[in-house]
Amino acid sequence: MPEPEHPAYDPLQPGQGEAIAPTGQGGPMDLALDEAESLEKTLGDQPSGPREKARSLWSDAWRQLRRNPVFIISSLMILFLVVIAIWPQLIASGDPLQCDLSKSQQGSAPGHPFGYDTQGCDVYTRTVYGARASITVGVCATLGAALLGSVLGGLAGFFGGWGDALLSRVADIFFGIPVVLGGLVFLSVVTSTTVWPVVGFIVLLGWPQIARIGRGSVITAKQNDYVQAARALGAGNGRMLLRHVAPNAVAPVIVVATIALGTYIALEATLSFLGVGLRPPTVSWGIDISNAASQIRNAPHMLLWPAGALSLTVLAFIMLGDAVRDALDPKLR
Amino acid sequence: MAETILEVKDLVKHYPLTQGVLFKKQVGAVKAVDGVSFGLGRGETLGIVGESGCGKSTVAKMLVHLERPTAGAISYKGEDITKLSGRALKAVRRNIQMVFQDPYTSLNPRMTVGDIIGEPYDIHPEVAPKGDRRRRVQELLDVVGLNPEYINRYPHQFSGGQRQRIGIARGLALRPEVIVADEPVSALDVSVQAQVINLLARLQSEFDLSYVFIAHDLSIVRHISDRVGVMYLGRVVEIGTDTQIYDHPTHPYTQALLSAVPVPDPQARAHRERIILTGDVPSPADPPSGCPFRTRCWKAQQRCADEVPLLAVPQAFSSGPAAHPSACHFAGEIQPPRADSLR
Amino acid sequence: MLLEVRDLHVEFRTRDGVAKAVNGVNYSVDEGETLAVLGESGSGKSVTAQAVMGILDVPPGRIAGGEILFKGRDLLTMKEEERRKVRGADMAMIFQDALSSLNPVLSVGAQLGEMYEVHRGMSRKDAKAKAVELMDRVKIPAARQRVGDYPHQFSGGMRQRIMIAMALALEPSLIIADEPTTALDVTVQAQVMDLLAELRRELNMGLILITHDLGVVADVADKIAVMYAGRIVEAAPVHEIYAAPAHPYTRGLLDSIPRLDQKGQELYAIKGLPPNLLAIPPGCAFNPRCPMARALCRTEVPPLAQVGPDRASACFFWKECLGG
Repeated sequence: MPEPEHPAYDPLQPGQGEAIAPTGQGGPMDLALDEAESLEKTLGDQPSGPREKARSLWSDAWRQLRRNPVFIISSLMILFLVVIAIWPQLIASGDPLQCDLSKSQQGSAPGHPFGYDTQGCDVYTRTVYGARASITVGVCATLGAALLGSVLGGLAGFFGGWGDALLSRVADIFFGIPVVLGGLVFLSVVTSTTVWPVVGFIVLLGWPQIARIGRGSVITAKQNDYVQAARALGAGNGRMLLRHVAPNAVAPVIVVATIALGTYIALEATLSFLGVGLRPPTVSWGIDISNAASQIRNAPHMLLWPAGALSLTVLAFIMLGDAVRDALDPKLR
Repeated sequence: MAETILEVKDLVKHYPLTQGVLFKKQVGAVKAVDGVSFGLGRGETLGIVGESGCGKSTVAKMLVHLERPTAGAISYKGEDITKLSGRALKAVRRNIQMVFQDPYTSLNPRMTVGDIIGEPYDIHPEVAPKGDRRRRVQELLDVVGLNPEYINRYPHQFSGGQRQRIGIARGLALRPEVIVADEPVSALDVSVQAQVINLLARLQSEFDLSYVFIAHDLSIVRHISDRVGVMYLGRVVEIGTDTQIYDHPTHPYTQALLSAVPVPDPQARAHRERIILTGDVPSPADPPSGCPFRTRCWKAQQRCADEVPLLAVPQAFSSGPAAHPSACHFAGEIQPPRADSLR
Repeated sequence: MLLEVRDLHVEFRTRDGVAKAVNGVNYSVDEGETLAVLGESGSGKSVTAQAVMGILDVPPGRIAGGEILFKGRDLLTMKEEERRKVRGADMAMIFQDALSSLNPVLSVGAQLGEMYEVHRGMSRKDAKAKAVELMDRVKIPAARQRVGDYPHQFSGGMRQRIMIAMALALEPSLIIADEPTTALDVTVQAQVMDLLAELRRELNMGLILITHDLGVVADVADKIAVMYAGRIVEAAPVHEIYAAPAHPYTRGLLDSIPRLDQKGQELYAIKGLPPNLLAIPPGCAFNPRCPMARALCRTEVPPLAQVGPDRASACFFWKECLGG
């Protein structure tokens, strides 16, 4: 941001000054706050621009995000994905379940740019409708894992003691579960065709990671003097945790959760590919990829489109996570 | 001395050293504070000096109840506060507040200045009615020399000295009687330190505050303190008025400490007599027997290893300018050095 | 002249604009001489030293102009390879934080010996013997037994001695010490400063001591350069500056030291706060805080002008300052 010439330097201008405790010789203070900030310990820690009033760390992060092209591109992609997940009919007029076997594995045709799959369903329509399952699973699983993980991890980190020891061991056990094997065992006994068993399984596997990050950042935040200061004032645990620790510990959790969202979407596709994730008639990229894989020599287009959509979606969320990390990482501040 | 507002008696803080993961076994203790006693009068400033690891910050934390003492008593107006909890503790906390060393970590970066200074009122709603709080916060900002319009700004928009003023305003919000200041200026730039010292001095007379002022800068402590206690390895080795300590030190550690302070006067370079101590401070996990200072002391004898010297007025100086408690077996024999050791 | 810094400019690019950290600094050090660079955080004292050593972070930093002559050769136009030979061997630096400046996974002996292995091509065994010798020289007790110890096994003062040993290893002709004792306790600080002064005398090195402590300066320096907002505002031999400062900033710093006869009174305090390097005030950077400031100070930048045989001041009204 260019620094405009700052009128507050003019000591003849009264009223802008900051009243400093009377010094030996007295006299009015003619320094305004803004230019008075020193180059603090590091040169990276820069003061605010003169025109701004209040600048919270969140609004700082937002300002930085807005200027990051990675953030703009990824959030536009995600916005598009979310919109078509909610209203797929906006760009796909067909029905993903209405198939015509006579058109099995045919290539692109007018009105059906991506061609047909083995069942004769329109690949374009199915690819568009597939976003809904991926986004739903990704968002719900992330919300669940983040909520469960940050609450458990946060409490464990804040209170410590045996609860913390117990939680850490439990988390270790969950870390030990092999994802694919666990999925095959756990989900093969489920018969529901909704997304919820998959969401539940991903939450079960995902929360320990978030809990670990949350616990660590709560322990770091808890050691800050301002938490001690609140305690010296007589603040209770609830206030210390909610007002002082949580807001300062949440950034790493947000970053990890955003990146995890992308990987959860990929995980859902993996499970669906293996036949234990989502099941027909739910439309999912994973199922379509699985069906197309065996036909890759005859009809590569069947694989290309859902796989491409999946990759772009995962990429978009991981890019978003990266951008958020850049904005929130205190080390770069 | 005026009415004693705070009295510390035989205060001890040991941090246990444990071994084993599941079945923790105590294998020793870090003796951070090992029997400290002093009193603080109303309106008085007690300076506590010592090097890092001497336990001065631990004492400060126990005074404001951030650490529980292993043993000993802290009496506030005659009542022992170390065992208090719940409502009674909250009431006492109102009266003893703390100013922290590091203005960068002692303010919550996610809260506005108004919220930080107003938080004491959220915790103790009886002090200020809700509608009155904003005005009070602005008054406090004014008192510590900040523009009351900055109420909605965030800490990172301020410089170190200004942040320390915000920390002081927070400490003042509940109108405490005692303020414990742990190195309140050592993180600040030289040109800003004097401003903050002046502010603390002004607030003391304005609000009739008593200070426990902890610092390692001896000249600043001398400037602001009425009495000074010198700590070494968890104990007070010497305590007295500022003149007694600075002009008539009787403990060899105090003498060495005073002579080691660089004097901002190049003329003094040539004729200044300096006592340069050898070695380092021993570990508080394994302090020497007897006198804690004996491993670095040039006066040490067998007696110092066998017998812990008590903090008492040496008989040789039962009256006169040097009559003050000193924890050295040979305090009476030590000729106080010339008074020009510290300007 | 051993080292001569001429009209050095250093900038930092930050998110909020360009911070002018150093704005035309001139200073020089001769062999066997101690120059103290005095200033607060953000005054540019450390950045100048980093530029001299060639350890400035580029980017965000950038040397925007000037010359750094070391034994007559300009370091800034030298090839990186040549420069690397100078750095470490002929000039060395001591940092404030000894613990983070030492590698925690290598023994101190290995770190000291490395200097000889890399620069002198010594064998590991000879290098180790040299390391013990160095540790003896900086008075680390029982050097032979402790040469295999790791940095965390030493106390703060001992670690700083190891840093000094490392700086001395190749017998440089210039040592830059950046707040070498700030992290240390008073009694240990006295030991370390004594050692540093003694070694400087013995080896006839030039020493640049960067500090904010007026007491330390008075104890060891021959001459002082006072920095403010990236410029030198006053330069003088140590005795003269303490007796009669010729710049209101120096005067303010000296006056704000608590004195015995002022006990119970208000301390003199320089009003206001150090400047923001993103927006250094026009004219004299010190003018918003200066008790003597006039209209001229707000528009014209005062040059660092000769005010005595060996002294210079960047104040238009230095005569007034000297006199009163």
